[in-house]
Amino acid sequence: MKKVFNKIVLVAAILAFATVACKKGSTVTPPPVYFMGGDEVGRPGIATVFVTTAFKDSFNATIPSVMAPIYQPRFQAQLMALNPGYTTNALGLSASAFTGVLATDVLNVAASGATTYGTLTGRGLSDDVIHTSLTLIFGGPDGTSNPGLNDDHVPANDKPFLSSFPYLANPW
Amino acid sequence: MQKKKIIVIATITAVLAGGILWASDHIDAPLVTGQSTDITDLYAYQSPTNANNMVFVINTQGLLAPAATAAAKFDPNTLIQLNIDNNGDNVEDLVIQALYDGTDMNVYGPVAPSMTGLKSKLEGSVKAQVAVTAYGSAPVTATGSNGIQIFAGPRDDPFFFDLTQYHKILAGTATGFNNPGTDAFAGTNVLSLVIEVPKSLLGTPTGGKYNVWAQTKKKI
Repeated sequence: MKKVFNKIVLVAAILAFATVACKKGSTVTPPPVYFMGGDEVGRPGIATVFVTTAFKDSFNATIPSVMAPIYQPRFQAQLMALNPGYTTNALGLSASAFTGVLATDVLNVAASGATTYGTLTGRGLSDDVIHTSLTLIFGGPDGTSNPGLNDDHVPANDKPFLSSFPYLANPW
Repeated sequence: MQKKKIIVIATITAVLAGGILWASDHIDAPLVTGQSTDITDLYAYQSPTNANNMVFVINTQGLLAPAATAAAKFDPNTLIQLNIDNNGDNVEDLVIQALYDGTDMNVYGPVAPSMTGLKSKLEGSVKAQVAVTAYGSAPVTATGSNGIQIFAGPRDDPFFFDLTQYHKILAGTATGFNNPGTDAFAGTNVLSLVIEVPKSLLGTPTGGKYNVWAQTKKKI
């Protein structure tokens, strides 16, 4: 009797195991693999200019939806340290409004039409983002103030871009 | 549950401690050249060859000298993720993910993510796969099952800036930029991920504009 009972238990155990292991007719699904944040980039150079060493690491660990209240005051302090004479820029933004936009480090991209950094509709390979940024930081209301600082006078890349995918030039 | 919590906290601490070396842009690159997580630039623009497509470029591992480029590799433990917000709350509604498997770059998405923020998992199945282009070879590209076109490999760094003079200005040893300036990134390479996506896969954004940002994430 015991032998039969053991056999039944054994068969039941095998069946139970087979049911679990052979779910949906496939092998056991491996658990999902997770990845944890490292570097984060939105607009070019903004974090570099405005995020001082003291909080570079915490900035990279902050998601954009919560950046503004934390970083806008710090960005504004840094803007005024870089350009103590800042009043407004070619976009007509006060120090507070300008840094309010920048403190959420995302790139705005137009869904249709032209996409260029100068119009805040994207970022193309040829866009002189440094000139745009320096002009907005140092250039004053019409972009011409601080002529020594509002342009680095490097207007183009060292190689021409490709006319077809992948567009970026072959390496040196 | 407790052990998992401790591992997550320890990882966050390690990330933050190590993060002080990690650049959020090029300009800190001298300290982090070669770090697989270092993003140098993000580009997002309408395709010059097809107005119905958007091109995204995520560059990593900047300031690669030509002599160092053949050895530069993507890291199988580093996820490269593009986040796309299309309702203006700066939380990703779609992601495009790229993960190197030692030979190929595998691209997922665009897809609505099951989780948002710093932590991610691979979403759905691979939509496109391309062999990483070797240094010195003509670009290898691939088109995925959802119409996305992808490239992964070394490229001339498309960024241009007189970084050297900028540092002198900050240090007070110069009062302004030179005219003409000198591109500190001339002659250097990066590892590039280029993805061309049909706009129909990106949804219609509120106010006609997407918010996009790129992240690198280490496997935990």
